[in-house]
Amino acid sequence: MLLLVLLLPTVAGLAAFLVRADRTRRTLLVGTALGHLALVAAMWARPPAPAWNRWLDLDAVGLLFLSVTSLLFTVASFYAVGYLKREGHQAHRDFEEGRVFSDAPEARFVGCLLLFLASMTLVTVTQHLGLLWVAVEATTLASAPLISFHRHHRSLEATWKYLLICSVGIALALLGTFFVAVAAARPGGESASMLLADLMAEADLLQPGWLRAGFILLLVGYGTKMGLAPLHTWLPDAHAEAPSVASALLSGALLNCAFVGILRGQQLLGSAGLAAFGRDLLVVLGLVSMTFAAVFVIRQADFKRLLAYSSVEHMGIMALGVGLGGAATFGALLHAVNHSVVKGMLFMVSGNLLAAYRTKSTLAVRGAVRALPVSGVLWLVGLFAITGSPPFGTFLSELTILKGALDAGRWWVAAGYLALLGAVFAGMGRIMVRMAQGEPGEGVAVGQHEAWSAVLPAVVLLGLALLLGLWIPRGLAELLGAAGQVVGGAAWRV
Amino acid sequence: MGWEIDPILVALVLVNLLLLGASRLAACVRLVAVQGVLLGVLALLVQVGWSPWRAVLLAGGSILLKGIVFPRLMWKALRGAEIRREMEPYVGYTLSVLLGLGMLGLTVWVGGRLTLPVPAASHLLVPVALFTTLTGLFLIVARKKAITQVLGYLVLENGIVTFGIALSHEAPLSVELGVLLDVFVAVLVMGIIIHNIREDFDHIDADRLVSLKD
Repeated sequence: MLLLVLLLPTVAGLAAFLVRADRTRRTLLVGTALGHLALVAAMWARPPAPAWNRWLDLDAVGLLFLSVTSLLFTVASFYAVGYLKREGHQAHRDFEEGRVFSDAPEARFVGCLLLFLASMTLVTVTQHLGLLWVAVEATTLASAPLISFHRHHRSLEATWKYLLICSVGIALALLGTFFVAVAAARPGGESASMLLADLMAEADLLQPGWLRAGFILLLVGYGTKMGLAPLHTWLPDAHAEAPSVASALLSGALLNCAFVGILRGQQLLGSAGLAAFGRDLLVVLGLVSMTFAAVFVIRQADFKRLLAYSSVEHMGIMALGVGLGGAATFGALLHAVNHSVVKGMLFMVSGNLLAAYRTKSTLAVRGAVRALPVSGVLWLVGLFAITGSPPFGTFLSELTILKGALDAGRWWVAAGYLALLGAVFAGMGRIMVRMAQGEPGEGVAVGQHEAWSAVLPAVVLLGLALLLGLWIPRGLAELLGAAGQVVGGAAWRV
Repeated sequence: MGWEIDPILVALVLVNLLLLGASRLAACVRLVAVQGVLLGVLALLVQVGWSPWRAVLLAGGSILLKGIVFPRLMWKALRGAEIRREMEPYVGYTLSVLLGLGMLGLTVWVGGRLTLPVPAASHLLVPVALFTTLTGLFLIVARKKAITQVLGYLVLENGIVTFGIALSHEAPLSVELGVLLDVFVAVLVMGIIIHNIREDFDHIDADRLVSLKD
């Protein structure tokens, strides 16, 4: 079953490169996404058997992030089909500079989307640190062509930054993986296994010095990919220049996968009795990320960059939550789910705004509610969903993290956290409300009809975000609790 | 068996220093190719004693990719871009070499203090690995051409792989092959991007990619 869930998107992705007919290819995309989702749903009912000598084994953390990824991908695939239909095959005029550009072949875009899903699936299902590294690097390579889909120089620049910065980061993560291998090596020279379960079983024999150094490198490496400041510099460019559906997946699914890499490191530290070391680093990086985001969100002139910096903020919140431990770990994992759902939805809506207004400038977009009755309202509601207002799920998870900070008696961390949340709320609120209100400018029709494929996926995701704020299904709560325990948090229930 | 591999390790250090001082791109490509071949031979010598098949497979793969395939890709990119001229780096060549010597001293010092739990094939292995890694990072930061940054990435990767060879008991074959494959694809994708950048901008200077900022 684990092999099947890996093979399905891989084979479909390779096939998509060869399919000539648009219709067939788009059907393949949606069909594969649905098939993937069905397989993941079946795993909830019956845990899959380990495969490949336990290199592939699904634990609670893996199942949680696999489910989020699969769900978001499925919803995004419907949006993608509509997007590709509207985009067509003709050349386009660049909004910002008036030059004409063409898109990369659609077959490449769809193929890379599916391979991207396959690589993210591998990240979540593997228990082997080496294979985890291979999988995270594969996500970079599969997603790079998505960012440069529009062939103009800004997207190329963003892709170049993304590839270079993430590849260097990931190379450091490989060094970190080797350091962990050194920490696990026995004086006798016999081969040590890089399986998490084996490493954790003999955790007290791990060399603490090498393990600490290895964790720092893993944190820097995967942290680069996750967008933790100050290593986030690729993130706003890539998210702003990629087509909106790719941005949604980068932000909602890819960053989570990098987070899985860090969680695996923290898991290992925890079993070796060094949990506090990793947690302190995570708290610092988390607060630094939130600060960077708050600074860049205020006065942001590009609404896709605004959402990208908001992702930096939320990654910071997740790192902070795991760093605080206890109930906050549960909150951080719940927050990962909430963030994926809401940010995916917001990026899709930003794509609709971009198509209608033909600009990414926050100042040029006015009266979104009147121009696009559905997307405009979604944009406004999405603001509250992303900034953690009740009754949305983000409110619950951010509150849980606050509770974790207070429980641990870390008043300064709690105060800083609240202040930064407030700053980001004010910054995003001012910009996004201004975009939604007022009259649309010249050249933008009022009350435009929107295609169902452009708005329905966003509505579905917003509905989920609302649902998670009102009621967390028991299965999900149990899974979150189990995942929290895996990474060293206390068991805690809503 | 230190005496067998020490000459190769010294050669790796020399290649690094030459790279720091090299201004012609074609020479840089050639040096990185030499480094790839050296690395393959190193893997062969360290591992052949206890696992011949694996050693031959990995060394062969490394030599084939890093010694032949990558240089060809690079040369193609160079020819396409029609750039052979001197680079204009952020950090000058003489200074780069001097800094390189400083990094070498630092890594020897650090390498002496890091104790490996398993006896390494040579006491030079860890310092050389770290020095190569640092050289790669330095090249990425201190050079402007996109193609030199790719070369820097390769050197960085070579350093990390050297470290992996130092503890080759640990990482199983499939992971190493996966690493090799990933690096291969990374270079390929970067090559394609360089190609596109050139078509779009008529230059491949990464420092002129500056339109995206806050």
